[in-house]
Amino acid sequence: MDAAIRPRTSAAIPLRFSLPVGGVAGTSFKPEHFAAVLDEGPQRGFFEVHAENYMCAGGPPHRMLERLRRDHPLSLHGVCMSIGGPAPLDRAHLARFRGLVARYQPALVSEHLAWSTHETSFFNDLLPLPYTKATLARVCDHIDEVQEAIRRPILLENPSTYVAFRESTMCETDLIRTVAERTGCGLLLDVNNVFVSAANHGFSALQYLADFPLERVGEIHLAGHTEQSDGDGEKLLIDSHDGPVADAVWKLFEIVIARRGPVPTLIEWDSNIPDWPVLKAEAAAAQMILDRHIRGVRHAA
Amino acid sequence: MQPEPHASYAAAFAPALLDPVSEVPGIVTGPRGKSAAKCYNVYRNNVTVSLIDTLAAIYPAVQRLTGADFFRAMARFHVRETPPTSPLLFEYGRDFPAFIARYEHAQSLPWLADVARIERAWLDAYHAADSAPLLPTALASVAPDRLAGLVFTVHPATRLVRSQFAAVTIFAANRGTETASSIDASTPEDALITRPDADVVVQLLPPGGAVFLACVMSGCMLAEAAAAALEDSPDFDLATNIAGLFEAGAFTSLTSGDAR
Repeated sequence: MDAAIRPRTSAAIPLRFSLPVGGVAGTSFKPEHFAAVLDEGPQRGFFEVHAENYMCAGGPPHRMLERLRRDHPLSLHGVCMSIGGPAPLDRAHLARFRGLVARYQPALVSEHLAWSTHETSFFNDLLPLPYTKATLARVCDHIDEVQEAIRRPILLENPSTYVAFRESTMCETDLIRTVAERTGCGLLLDVNNVFVSAANHGFSALQYLADFPLERVGEIHLAGHTEQSDGDGEKLLIDSHDGPVADAVWKLFEIVIARRGPVPTLIEWDSNIPDWPVLKAEAAAAQMILDRHIRGVRHAA
Repeated sequence: MQPEPHASYAAAFAPALLDPVSEVPGIVTGPRGKSAAKCYNVYRNNVTVSLIDTLAAIYPAVQRLTGADFFRAMARFHVRETPPTSPLLFEYGRDFPAFIARYEHAQSLPWLADVARIERAWLDAYHAADSAPLLPTALASVAPDRLAGLVFTVHPATRLVRSQFAAVTIFAANRGTETASSIDASTPEDALITRPDADVVVQLLPPGGAVFLACVMSGCMLAEAAAAALEDSPDFDLATNIAGLFEAGAFTSLTSGDAR
């Protein structure tokens, strides 16, 4: 049987292109904010959820998400697909992901350049991969498989990393650019990840952004990080998502938006979750920067 | 033929994540001359702490009963021994109650594992499929001579947890905000866990109720279940139990069992 010419039938979901959400700022959706969000009524912006939290049969998570989806664009952010892993994708997991895309028709769909499962163990972290021709090919195959299953392109997110691999032969931006060119996927640029990795690995965040294919960026992530001292007087930045966005990351964001123009921008906040007004204020700060550049585009025209 | 190089990095990187004494994988380096161990330890810490946090979120009453330090030490052993096998973290921790039962430092809290079983059942009920509970009026339309042969379909959220201890009272006293007065932990209790609408409800079953429900859940006819419950507990009251189960939304449909 020649698999190469036999179309992989994923039926049911028609080919679909996402509705543009434009240059709006959104936030992670946290169930503890649900009542406060509903009280406000429909607002400009969007909400992003981790896909895996909604891969349950029923119950309150789906009720909340359905309610939220009525009035707001949704971004579905997968964290466990192991696109960057050497093993074949988990077909059952891919089917669940596909089911959520079909059910909620999110405006944005994204996943990570990372892996989190090895053999039977799930490690609940975004683990790094070497950047080689072999991993490049494997990542492309995995993205092809995901996009074929959900019938639309995904946005691939750049990771924050703490180690380097001896076997790596390419830099991250070259790998990401090639993946996007070969698979047609878009990119999710996490500016905090760039800042964290740059500080930890000692490269220039500005140079990384100059090398990053900004024209393919369909979403931006901003988040807080923490600083650890490693005991040798060296700093180690941890991508902790537990506080406000750092000033330096705001500066990088503004540089990206000035070059790229406004794109949907998400404030991620996953632990030490503040009250809704605090998170909302972070999104408002991002929105101000986005709006300034919408006006900038108009003035220039 | 060379082994496939792409298979190696995850196999080399993964084993030491949950094993603090094994060596840092030689395939990674610390950037800028940083120690590879320190950088790799960020991943070790992320993995272990996030999984301990996951257990703490699933088992808040257990944590309140033991205190956070005790709980996190206990959870760390479990995480290292039994990491998740599914990326769906709400499925994690099914083996944790059994781990607690044999955890040597928890032997002075013999009811702790049963409290954990109730908390695990609570989360399963929370995520269970949606289905409209059967209304008590459904019984009114059954001819009296057919009642004994009824077979119930149990709601996807319905769970039963039996304990030799007062696990339901201890659970209730440690999941809410109120503080309990003293509890006689030696009273055996059975928990009924249901989700009649959005909210999960945990209730104490009356005498014989657990045997009755267990029979009903296994597909027994009403008369068989009632007989088993009466044998277990002479105080068993069929009307009270049926009414309570209907009110809790424990069923989704009923059929006449003698058609089998």
